[in-house]
Amino acid sequence: MKRWIDANTWTLGLAVLLAILLVSTKLIQPDFGASGLDSLARAALPFALATVGMAIVVLAGGIDLSIAAMMAVASVTGAVLMEGASDGQSVLIVLGVLLLGLAMGAINGLLITVSKVPDIVVTLAMLFVWQGVALLILNAPGGGAAPWLRALSAGGIPGIDWLPRAVVFLAIITALIWVPIRRSKLGLRLYAIGSDPLAAFRSGVPVGQTRIIAYALCGLFAALGGLSVTMSTGIGEPIPGPYLLASVAAVVLGGVVLGGGRGGILGPILAVFILRTVRMDLTLLSVDPNVAAIIEGTIMVAVVMFGAVLATRGHKT
Amino acid sequence: MTMTDTPTTMSRLGRLMVDRPLLPLIGLLIVLVAVLAILNPGVLSMFWASNTLKIAIPLAMLAACQTMTMLTGGIDLSVGTAATISAYLTATLAPLIGVPPAIAIALASAVLIGLVNGFGIAICRVHPLIMTLGTALIATGCLLVYQRYVIATGVLIPDALLWLGTGRTFGLPNSLALFIPFAILIIWAQRRSGFGRLLYAIGANEAAARLSGVRVWQVHLTLYTISSLIAGITGLLYLGQIKTASLSLALPLDLPSVAAAVIGGTSIFGGRGGYGGTIVGALILTVLTSMLTLMQIPEGGRRILFGLIILAVTALFIRLTERN
Repeated sequence: MKRWIDANTWTLGLAVLLAILLVSTKLIQPDFGASGLDSLARAALPFALATVGMAIVVLAGGIDLSIAAMMAVASVTGAVLMEGASDGQSVLIVLGVLLLGLAMGAINGLLITVSKVPDIVVTLAMLFVWQGVALLILNAPGGGAAPWLRALSAGGIPGIDWLPRAVVFLAIITALIWVPIRRSKLGLRLYAIGSDPLAAFRSGVPVGQTRIIAYALCGLFAALGGLSVTMSTGIGEPIPGPYLLASVAAVVLGGVVLGGGRGGILGPILAVFILRTVRMDLTLLSVDPNVAAIIEGTIMVAVVMFGAVLATRGHKT
Repeated sequence: MTMTDTPTTMSRLGRLMVDRPLLPLIGLLIVLVAVLAILNPGVLSMFWASNTLKIAIPLAMLAACQTMTMLTGGIDLSVGTAATISAYLTATLAPLIGVPPAIAIALASAVLIGLVNGFGIAICRVHPLIMTLGTALIATGCLLVYQRYVIATGVLIPDALLWLGTGRTFGLPNSLALFIPFAILIIWAQRRSGFGRLLYAIGANEAAARLSGVRVWQVHLTLYTISSLIAGITGLLYLGQIKTASLSLALPLDLPSVAAAVIGGTSIFGGRGGYGGTIVGALILTVLTSMLTLMQIPEGGRRILFGLIILAVTALFIRLTERN
């Protein structure tokens, strides 16, 4: 038990911080309840999915700057195809979009492995490419979403009203995809290439292949994130939101070391909810939304700065 | 690409690598112009040439920021935002407090963005890409707040900027009057000044530069401040050219400015490249864009093309240097 607590101090700290924030939200706004939690969870969902994707790539020692653009591609593809489609068709469309996400991520990973260009340059170039693809598919926000998809993330769970459906959705999706990977050989390999690619290579880990898989998983989560944008707004958004910086900030705040190899998935998810709750509290305190955006941006930049200082320190010692 | 491996010719080699990319680039530019002339006979004229120059100049100036930051292995993605903010502040403050103070405030805010970038990159060691993206986000937020509280007295675009942005003398755009001294200064600074050589030194091997006594953080701080200042000046020029103050004025130039520097032969990993190539790169991009517009390729297609160009050029560079 004590060892478990020692290993998860950071995550536990984040959970406590989130609890404090939620309690203070209740103090600011006494009628904060199930509907407030629900809107918080729904707003956090795309950020959380993007963060999980980013966390996987960062754990594997990379970074994916094209994540927001891939989300835009997934969002518009889903929205354009789903407009006027029947329920049965839309299930196929959702599966197709998820495959598309996997493919986009795999292309990123493949380009990094084959061209030997650093990940940060490749994914920057691909950021432009995916943005262009999203604009080609849909020039302005539009399209539609299947009603069942929209119902997935809205409202509470029958029986437990306070638990938002979006949180359950997030938990199930992440558990279904991440837990089996984490427990398998693949999970170990992801962490191995993150902490030392050369050592991993010498111990027989197929580094290139594992890296491609990490980026493909990131693409899959980006597609899920893009679909969740369409889910909550009902339309496709060709212009990517501020998911890139937000996901990097949440990953750093969540205790994953930029550079790879150390951290988990739960921490970053908690960090997303912390950042979103801060945003919501600012809105509840009736701070101008633009000012709130500035404060939020400043917090994220400060977190990234702090993380970078820590990473440099860790590197030196 | 020819490379010699005797260390005694290193300085000459440096010159060679800066100068060499120019020839194939100018060749490419001529080919593009020829293709354009075949696609649309009669397009080539003195007016067309001067118009292309006029459009290419703000892009080339923003690409100067990318060239200099890329020489140290960085990048500055906040230049579009800095330029937009400086243009918007000038246009909205000029009717209130007069033109010179408005321009002073505009450039001061651009410098402030650069100082924040420099602080994060130099002292906290955040990756430049993430840091500049972050400041761009915050700065855009500040601009939106400012726009809401600014007193609605209308917009005034100073006459001098209009003259600079849209005027012509002897058929040539007046913006050349700003650009030619600017380009000479940058090229001189890169090749001859101590600061310029420090940029190459840090980009080529930061650890070695540090060990030989370079205060890397000071160089970074200065570099990103200068970069934002250039972006601010570009914003003023662009305001005179576009003649409207919008909240997203220069944002579409962010990405082409990176592409112009990369096409111009500046390595995104630092240590190699120069401003001469970047200017040709900006001209190539401008001609390419007008060609794509002529062929009615939409905005999305252009972005894909820019992304692929950056990727292909960088991959090619890696291939070339690995073989040696």
